[in-house]
Amino acid sequence: MSETPAAEIFSDHSVRLAQIANPQSEIVHFGSDQALPLDCGDKLAPFSIAYQTYGTLNADKSNLVLVCHALTGDQHVANVHPVTGKPGWWETMIGPGKPIDTERYFVLCPNVIGGCMGSTGPSSINPATGKAYGPDFPVITVGDMVRAQAQLLDHLGIPDVLCVLGGSMGGMQVLEWASTYKDRVFAAVPIACAARHSSQNIAFHEVGRQAVMADPDWCQGRYLEDGKSPRKGLAVARMAAHITYLSDDALHTKFGRNLQDREKVTFGFDADFQVESYLRHQGLSFVDRFDANSYLYITRAMDYFDLAADHGGVLANAFQGTRTRFCLISFTSDWLFPTEESREIVHALNAVAANVSFVELKTEGGHDSFLLHEPELFDTIRGFLNAAARHRGIAEAEGWRA
Amino acid sequence: MNLNVPPHSVRGTDTARVDLLLIADLVEPGARVLDIGCGDGTLLRILASRRSVDGRGIELSQAGVNSCVAQGLAVIQGDADTDLVYYPDLAFDYVILSQTIQATYSPRHVLEQLLRIGRRAVISFPNFGHWRVRTQLLFGGKMPRTNNLPDRWYDTPNIHLCTIKDFVDLCGDVGAKIERAVALNAYGTKLGVAMPLFMQNLFGEQAVFLLSR
Repeated sequence: MSETPAAEIFSDHSVRLAQIANPQSEIVHFGSDQALPLDCGDKLAPFSIAYQTYGTLNADKSNLVLVCHALTGDQHVANVHPVTGKPGWWETMIGPGKPIDTERYFVLCPNVIGGCMGSTGPSSINPATGKAYGPDFPVITVGDMVRAQAQLLDHLGIPDVLCVLGGSMGGMQVLEWASTYKDRVFAAVPIACAARHSSQNIAFHEVGRQAVMADPDWCQGRYLEDGKSPRKGLAVARMAAHITYLSDDALHTKFGRNLQDREKVTFGFDADFQVESYLRHQGLSFVDRFDANSYLYITRAMDYFDLAADHGGVLANAFQGTRTRFCLISFTSDWLFPTEESREIVHALNAVAANVSFVELKTEGGHDSFLLHEPELFDTIRGFLNAAARHRGIAEAEGWRA
Repeated sequence: MNLNVPPHSVRGTDTARVDLLLIADLVEPGARVLDIGCGDGTLLRILASRRSVDGRGIELSQAGVNSCVAQGLAVIQGDADTDLVYYPDLAFDYVILSQTIQATYSPRHVLEQLLRIGRRAVISFPNFGHWRVRTQLLFGGKMPRTNNLPDRWYDTPNIHLCTIKDFVDLCGDVGAKIERAVALNAYGTKLGVAMPLFMQNLFGEQAVFLLSR
């Protein structure tokens, strides 16, 4: 395995750790009098939410587009990432003149609670001990993440959301928003997600968590206190997960059985194949920007997500009485959250006669298609959002040609 | 696709299928409408611009769905034969099935579903009783092909063609009340209301029915 130089790790590590307490983001602190009630029965207080915004809130406060990030995403959706230096994860989607047009919409993306980029999570300081929460952080749910976001909007004085969008776990948050805060969501775009985490997906998450916890540097979850980091375990977790985000075809097209900088196999366990080298790189670069305990907590939140179970076992009940305009999007090559999962949500929405659009886009990129340059995805989101905004009477941005 | 075209604009209204304009006239303004087999959304656009309806669509072809949604129309990919069961009773004021019933596997089941989920159902279909169809089969001895039914027998999606009289019989069988029935000739002109059924069945190239339970 090609090792990253120690100095580089150290600098990345310190930059990343700095984001936990002092993120390069807007941040709101909620005190003990504004505790967040959690599904597990505990309360989280005090707590913070870090978020990024783009564009301008209009006078009516009616043009908010809320973007929910996925498991390993964060709030840096359309700006250079402070730790990696790379473009935001949806920079192709959000910006002036882009499908989510910041000339027209006020875009807000919060870091989820449980995360590691400024919102309170397991690497934040536990006020009871003065040390990082570590394994003492309460187990959170997607419902808790969304409740915290609603509290953020309350704090910002924004009554409702023009549109809430997100892919994967972001899509789960979108569904939770639309179900729990029906009157606050005008339009919703759940992408490549499901109303419940499947058994297979829980299984993959468990593999990842076991990899982290098997790393001796995990230190029973107290690695920050010991100045350590379960890098190997987290890298393996990421490698396994990364395979599930791609498709067989995409991997084959990109790598085939090509060898990495060599003419023939070495009869050893070096990264002979390009795909191995690629995965190792994915694992290593991930640990430079993500916290291992956050990975445990957030994967757990996804595992617990089951919207139907929260509503008497009938998914349609979750949307009873909804007036939200929905647009569901799935991808043909996504085997982690296959189209059938989205179709189940569509059927539930049909059962309550909701206003719903649904497209399945033909892609090769697997689950990660929602992060890629897919023109049809852009067309869909631009068209749907434009119609929602028009129905809400939000003026078109200047330069929008009729 | 040019996304700068406002989705509500009705492009080519003058060339729009005549049956679509006729259907639009049957729909009350502001109604909640489900268009099954909505294709590229032409009827939904007409309904939105002319009748200000709250329109939804179901379309089998993914390309059609994607194009509709990109225009801001509320459309899902789905199949008239299998997906109507997911809707509750009386979910819509109008359920429209335009030039599609003859392509379903189970037209009777579909018709019953339309009448269940909509207060009214609007159905248009090509009339297989038209004289041109009859004469082609009688004198040519081959499956008819007309402007309205251009496909060859082996590649047509129309697996359950019927005549106006056949359809009237089916309405009776499922207990549907025919509120209006209009036959159109080859030029899209309405045949006289006074014309008896057998004449409509002979000279109507397509028919539009407004049904209720």
